[in-house]
Amino acid sequence: MIRFESVSKKYPDGTLAVDRLELVAPSGEITVLVGPSGCGKTTSLRMINRMIEPTSGRIWLDDRDTATVPTHELRRGIGYVIQHAGLFPHRTVVDNITTVPELLGTDKKQARRRALELMERVGLPAHFAKRYPAQLSGGQQQRVGVARALAADPPVMLMDEPFSAVDPVVRAQLQNEFLRLQGELGKTIVFVTHDIDEAIKLGDRVAVLQVGGHLAQLAPPAELLSDPADTFVAGFVGRDRGYRALGFAEAGLLPVRKEHAVRLGSGRGEAHDAAEDGWVLVTDAEDRPQGWLRTDRLAEAEPTGPVTAPELNLGGTLASETATLREALDSALSSPSGRGVIVDGAGRLLGTVTASEVLTRIEQQRAAADPPFTGDVGPGGAESEAS
Amino acid sequence: MPLHDSLLAQDSSPFGMFGYFSDHRDEVLNWLWYHTWLSAVPVVAGLLIALPLGWVARRYRWTYPPLVTTAGLLYTIPSIALFVAMPDIIGTQILDPINVAVALTVYSVALLVRVVADGLGAVPEDVAQAATAMGLTRRQRLLKVELPLAVPVIAAGVRVAVVANVSLVAVAGTIGVPNLGQLFTTGFQLSVGSPYYPPITLGIVLCVLLALALDLLVVGGTRLATPWRRAVSGS
Repeated sequence: MIRFESVSKKYPDGTLAVDRLELVAPSGEITVLVGPSGCGKTTSLRMINRMIEPTSGRIWLDDRDTATVPTHELRRGIGYVIQHAGLFPHRTVVDNITTVPELLGTDKKQARRRALELMERVGLPAHFAKRYPAQLSGGQQQRVGVARALAADPPVMLMDEPFSAVDPVVRAQLQNEFLRLQGELGKTIVFVTHDIDEAIKLGDRVAVLQVGGHLAQLAPPAELLSDPADTFVAGFVGRDRGYRALGFAEAGLLPVRKEHAVRLGSGRGEAHDAAEDGWVLVTDAEDRPQGWLRTDRLAEAEPTGPVTAPELNLGGTLASETATLREALDSALSSPSGRGVIVDGAGRLLGTVTASEVLTRIEQQRAAADPPFTGDVGPGGAESEAS
Repeated sequence: MPLHDSLLAQDSSPFGMFGYFSDHRDEVLNWLWYHTWLSAVPVVAGLLIALPLGWVARRYRWTYPPLVTTAGLLYTIPSIALFVAMPDIIGTQILDPINVAVALTVYSVALLVRVVADGLGAVPEDVAQAATAMGLTRRQRLLKVELPLAVPVIAAGVRVAVVANVSLVAVAGTIGVPNLGQLFTTGFQLSVGSPYYPPITLGIVLCVLLALALDLLVVGGTRLATPWRRAVSGS
């Protein structure tokens, strides 16, 4: 647990970066500090490992006042990941990862073995061990950065916008893997970002900071979306927060209807017969949905022959049977046929739902939950009402 | 071959250097040897002195301007003056090669202080930050991060210093210190009426070859010390 006790940071020029911050980052959870630039989020983070010394107040690491611990000792017990990873360009990947264990005097062989293990954990192939950072992509470097921070198995990790310098696809990938990793490791994490979507996706609790280092709200993400403390938080959280809040509500058992799909390579006649409202879903041999085929124009273009992959519309997203309401709704809204595709854990077709069915589901959940709707209704909530 | 016929010691053209070399082989090789260590050793000594000075200039920012300026001013002292004054300063004989070595060390320091200071400062901000955040002490940061990353910058300075020294050593030859510079004095003395080129050309060629060889040595050493840079350009 990390506890800020009335911590302030005032710079010599008079700027108040952090103003009497009171904050607890519980053990084993991800606490996200989010806010516009100049809100003191990075300053707050760096005060934890004393890269920046507070002007007043105390920061506790469990029952230790960090001010009483020698800085290098304190820092070796805290993992630290930054935006561009900050890898040592002159050391190989494995040597980068073993930096802290080496400082702690860990046996070299053991440290290397652990480094290779960590590389596998963060999704880096073992043959990268001997490479230099410049030979890796930004995303790969960031993976090394995470492995390096984990090398000495510190209970606490500080992460300063670790995923903001990579492209959106890689970012989403790194975020998902980060959540999976945290699920396995259960570290106490303080995570800084300026991106509210990232905060909501990753945080167990989100602290919204306002310019001048003032804590505006500290709450679980769903609560932040459904019940912002003031206009600043409401504005910062953004416009479509109602829709995003659906991302925290599991859809439960949706009224999935059977969809008559055809397989890739089937005859066009068969596709035509199976179509409903001019669209037919096409799957591969394992029943995994591949895309939608528009059948009303099929006959004119090429009346005979098999259904091929290039003519499919790939617009629709897939929602799994354990999806959130947001994913289910998105699946319906993005589908060219208006029917959202639901798949099982292995990606095989279960059936489809329409947007109005998902909306009905949302309203059922709202009615079941005690208002105001907080969005964190579990699958047990309104499930019994499902058809 | 007709060219060989012209390679006589009496040949006063530049090509006469081959003949001149075979006639004065031992003497010239002896000078070459002196020239080599007088060029190389002061750079090594200068680097050893410049490293802590450069570190101080980096560590205590206010010392940077005075240190770097003073070092730069040292370089403006004419070398010949320094060679002549050195015996009085360190109490040696006038023709003692040590004078030249010490004087050239001064020049090397002058050149390298700034290079070391700038090299140590060339660590990217996020790397420096990560090093601090991982709990490296100031000393560990210097030895494990800042110094290794400064090697390319410092090596570039060392290359300049080595090559500059090769030509400065020759100046010392003109006041009688044994080295390749004496070939120029000899050539000048033998140029009675018309120029006598062989020793002069030989001196120039050997100086250039020596400079190239020493430079190559520094480049090779740097490459060995910085495998990570090859990886960068190779990818």
